[in-house]
Amino acid sequence: MSAARPAFSSALAHALKDALIAGIVAFGLFILLLGFLTDDQRGPLRLLSRPVLLASAVGIVFAGRFIVSVIYHYAAALRYWLALIWSMVCGAAIKFKWPLLAIMLIFAVIRIYYAPQTWPLTAVAVATVFIAVRFGLSAAFLMLAVLFPVAFYDNPYFLGIAIIALTYIMLGWGLNIVVGLAGLLDLGYVAFYAVGAYSYAIIAQTYGWSFWVCLPLAGLFAAFFGILLGFPVLRLRGDYLAIVTLAFGEIVRIVLLNWVTFTNGPNGIGSIPRASFFGIPFTAGDDGFAARFGLEFDPTHRTVFLFYVILALALLTNWVTIRLRKLPVGRAWEALREDEIAVRSLGINPTNTKLTAFAIGAMFGGFAGAFFATRQGFISPDSFTFPESALILAIVVLGGMGSQLGVAIAAIVVTASFELFREFEQFRLVIFGFGMVVIMVWRPRGLVSTRDPTAYLKERKTISVEHVAEGRG
Amino acid sequence: MSGTPILSLNALTMRFGGLLAIDDLSFEAKRGDITALIGPNGAGKTTVFNCITGFYRPTSGSIRVTRDDGKVFALEKLPDFKIAQRVHVARTFQNIRLFAGMTALENLLVAQHNTLMRKSGYTVFGLFGTPGYRSAEREAIELARHWLAKTQLIERADDPAGSLPYGAQRRLEIARAMCTNPVLLCLDEPAAGLNPRESDELNTLLRSIKNETPASILLIEHDMNVVMEISDRVIVLDHGKKISEGTPAFVRNDQKVIAAYLGVEEDAVDQAEAEVRA
Amino acid sequence: MSEPLLSIKGVSAYYGSIAALKGIDVEVMPGEIVTIIGANGAGKSTLMMTICGNPQARKGSIVFEGRDITHLPTYQIMRMKIAQSPEGRRIFPRMTVFENLQMGAATAEGGDFKSDLARVYSLFPILEQRSSQRGGTLSGGEQQMLSIGRALMSRPRLLLLDEPSLGLAPLIVRQIFTAIRELNQQEKLTIFLVEQNAFHALKLAHRGYVMVNGKIAMAGTGKELLEKPEVRSAYLEGGR
Repeated sequence: MSAARPAFSSALAHALKDALIAGIVAFGLFILLLGFLTDDQRGPLRLLSRPVLLASAVGIVFAGRFIVSVIYHYAAALRYWLALIWSMVCGAAIKFKWPLLAIMLIFAVIRIYYAPQTWPLTAVAVATVFIAVRFGLSAAFLMLAVLFPVAFYDNPYFLGIAIIALTYIMLGWGLNIVVGLAGLLDLGYVAFYAVGAYSYAIIAQTYGWSFWVCLPLAGLFAAFFGILLGFPVLRLRGDYLAIVTLAFGEIVRIVLLNWVTFTNGPNGIGSIPRASFFGIPFTAGDDGFAARFGLEFDPTHRTVFLFYVILALALLTNWVTIRLRKLPVGRAWEALREDEIAVRSLGINPTNTKLTAFAIGAMFGGFAGAFFATRQGFISPDSFTFPESALILAIVVLGGMGSQLGVAIAAIVVTASFELFREFEQFRLVIFGFGMVVIMVWRPRGLVSTRDPTAYLKERKTISVEHVAEGRG
Repeated sequence: MSGTPILSLNALTMRFGGLLAIDDLSFEAKRGDITALIGPNGAGKTTVFNCITGFYRPTSGSIRVTRDDGKVFALEKLPDFKIAQRVHVARTFQNIRLFAGMTALENLLVAQHNTLMRKSGYTVFGLFGTPGYRSAEREAIELARHWLAKTQLIERADDPAGSLPYGAQRRLEIARAMCTNPVLLCLDEPAAGLNPRESDELNTLLRSIKNETPASILLIEHDMNVVMEISDRVIVLDHGKKISEGTPAFVRNDQKVIAAYLGVEEDAVDQAEAEVRA
Repeated sequence: MSEPLLSIKGVSAYYGSIAALKGIDVEVMPGEIVTIIGANGAGKSTLMMTICGNPQARKGSIVFEGRDITHLPTYQIMRMKIAQSPEGRRIFPRMTVFENLQMGAATAEGGDFKSDLARVYSLFPILEQRSSQRGGTLSGGEQQMLSIGRALMSRPRLLLLDEPSLGLAPLIVRQIFTAIRELNQQEKLTIFLVEQNAFHALKLAHRGYVMVNGKIAMAGTGKELLEKPEVRSAYLEGGR
C-alpha cells in the first residue's frame, strides 16, 4: 500500500514529463519564429540563425512548466494554506487595528517632522486609515476621494489620472447594473459612452446650453439606445448575447465614423464648450472663476472642479444602484441572473426587467460620456473602440460581479497600473497578462467575492460566492 | 362559485415534432381540492404542468381556470409569466429552481414583485423612500415571515437558499410559490428525496394550505404515501393518456393502474407464492 | 476472512471550512450490497463524492482493491472500475440515450458492448424505445434510469448508486431494486448505495450504516437495522 500523501518523487516525475512535452512543443513552435531571422539590411535577403535565443526560450518554457507542474500537484494543499494565512492576516489586522493605527500615527509624525512639506499627503493617509478602521473600507474610499485634490493639489498629473480612474469607476458601476446585477453579458457598453459624448457635443455646440442641461439629455439619449439594443437581444443567451452586443458597439462606432455630415466623421468634434463653474468660466480674466472668488488664477482650478463633477456623478451612480438593489426592480435583476425560468414562474415580465437594466446602465454610460466630452474638449470615434468595452467589462468582472467596492478597486488598479507601467513599454502587456493569470487562479470570481443581501429578518449575513450565479444572459 | 372546477382541461394535445406527449387529455380539478397527477415515468405529467403554467404552448385543446369571482382564463393562449401574474397560478419545479445566491427571505420578496412594483410607483416612489412604499415593503416582509414560519424556515431566513439542506429547499420553493397568493398551486414532485418524516411534514403543510388559503393544489408525485394520505382526487396518466381517475382508494385498486404503475405489493407476491407452493 | 473491496477509515471531508464528514469508517466486502441511510444533509452524498475524489478527503484513507485512492484525481479513480450514478443524474443532455450509454462504456475493458447494451435495455426497456432521443428530453425518472444504465455499461467492480429511486414510479423502483439484487447475486457485483427510501434499501442490503450529521451513528446487517426502533421511528415512519 502506498503512502497517503502524494510522494514528492511522483510529483517530480509528473512535472518532468509535463516539462519535457512543453519543451518539445515550444521547440516546434519557436524554431521558425525565434530560431531563424531574416535579414535584408545588408544586401540580398538571407537567413540568420539564433540558436542561443531559441535554446533560452525553450529552456524558460521547460523550467517554467516544471515549476508550475510541481506547484499544481500541491495545489489543493497550497490553496488551503494560502487561504489560512490570508484569513489569519486579515484576522490579525482586524483584531489589532487600533495598535496598528497608533504605530502608523507615530511614523506619520516622524515623517512630518523630517519632511514638513509632505504634511498634506501624510495627513490624508493617516485620516484615511483611521476612517477605514472606524467606519469601514467604503467610507475610507469616499473620504480619500473627497480629499484627494487637497492632497495632490500641486500635482495635476495625478489629478488627471484620478479623473480617468473615476470615469472608469463610473463606467464600471454603470455596466455593473447590466452584467453584475442582471447577468446580461454586454460587450458593447462603449456604444452608450459614445452616444452620451456625441449627443452632449452636438447639443452643446448647436444650442449652446450649459453642461448641466445637456447632461441629462445625453443620459436620455443613451438610455434610448439602451432600449434599442435591448429589444433584439431579449431572447439571446450567453455567448450569443455577447456577440450581438459587441456588434452593436461596433455599429455605433462605424456609424459615427461614416456619418460625416452629422458627426464630422474621423475628424471628430472639437472645441466642445468647456465646463464652467455654474456659468462662471475658468478663465484668467476678470469675469473668471479666480477673480470672482478672490484667488490667484491657476489652471488647476478647472481640473479640481472636473474632479468633483465626476466624483459627484460616480457617487450618484453608486447611490442609485444601491437604492435600486433594495427595490423590486433590483431584486428582479439579481433573480434574473440566478434563474430566468423561476423568475417567469413568479409572474415577473423578463422583457421589462432586461430592458430596464439596459436602459439604466446605458444612461450612466451616457452621463460618463458627456463628462468625457467636456473634459477632453475633443471627441472622435477612435475613443470608442471595442477594446474600451472589453476594458470596462474586465473591470466589472475583475471587481466581482455585483460588488460596488470591488468594481471601484478594480477600476483604480487597472487605470493606475496602465499609467504607472507606461515606462515599461515592452513589458506592460506581459505584466498585464501575468496579473490576469494571478487573478484567475487566486480570485476566479473577482476581487470581492461576496454578496450583500438586500433585506434581512434578523441579521445581515454576507453570502459567499459559491452560491451566487454568474449569469448567462 | 364553489361548484365549478378551478381547473378544466379539454382535449389537450401536445406534440413535439413526431412525438405525441399528451394525447387528447381531459380532466377537472375541483375548487379547494388537492388533486394528484400520477403515472409512470415519461407519461407526460410534467408536460401537462408545463402546458398549464404556460412554459409550453399546447398543440391543441383548452385549459381553463375559473377564479372565485367567476372570471375565466384561457391558459393555452397566455405566456408563462402572464399566467402567473394575472391568473395567479404558481408552481414548483422537479429540479428545484431557487435563487441560490439570495437569502430565503429575498426569495420570498422576489415572489411579491408585482405587488411591490405597483406600490413603489414602478420604482419612482421607492427610489425616494416614500412612506407608502415603506409600509408596502413592511407588509411584504410580514407575508414572507408568515410563510417562513409555516415552513419552519424562520431560523434560516437570512441564509443563502443554496446552502439550505435539500428538504428545506423544497419547502422554501413552496413558500415562495405561496407568496404570490395563488389560486392554483402546481407542485412537481414535492416529496422527491424526502424521508418519511419530512414527507409527513409536507402532508401537514399541504393540508394547512388547503384549509387555510384559497389555493387549490395540483400535484405530481411518486410517493404513494403522500398521494394516498392527502389527495382528494387522483388522475392517472400513461403514455400521455388518462387511464384512470377517482378517489385514492379507487385508483389504488384499479387493475390498469397496478399493471402500469404501482406494481403489486411484495408482501402480496410472497403470499401468493406461498399459497401456490402449499 | 477476505479483504474488503472498499475500506474507508477515519475520513473527514470539508466544503471550504465546513466539515461535511467527520471521521467516517465504512467497509464494503466484495460481493456485498451495503447501504447508507440518513436524513437529508447528513453527508451521504458527500461520502459518495469523496470516494470519487471530489472533494478529496482531508483526513483518513480510502483504499480500493488494496490501492490507496484517497488523493488520486477523479478520472484515475473511475478508471479503476468504480462506476457512479451520481446525485442529480448528470446525464449528457445533448447526447442521445445511446450515446450516453456509449460514454459509459468508454472505460469498459474486455467488455462486449452489444451484450452490455442488451442487458441495460432489458433492465430498462423504455431506454431502448428512446435510444435515439436526446438525454435532455427524457423525463426525470427516465434520466435516472439512464444514469444507472450508463454506470452499468462500464462493467464496474464497485457500483456507487446515489439515490437511485429518486423520482421513479413505484413500479420502476421495484424493478430497479430487483435488478440490483440480480446483478449482485448473478455477477457478484458489489454495490454501495445511498438511499432515502430506507425500507427498500435495508431490505435489499446485506449491511447498512446510518449517518447522522457527518458521522456514522449505527451499523449492522440490513435486517438488524430494520428492526431497530430508532431506525424505524426516524427513517421508516413506524415501519411502513
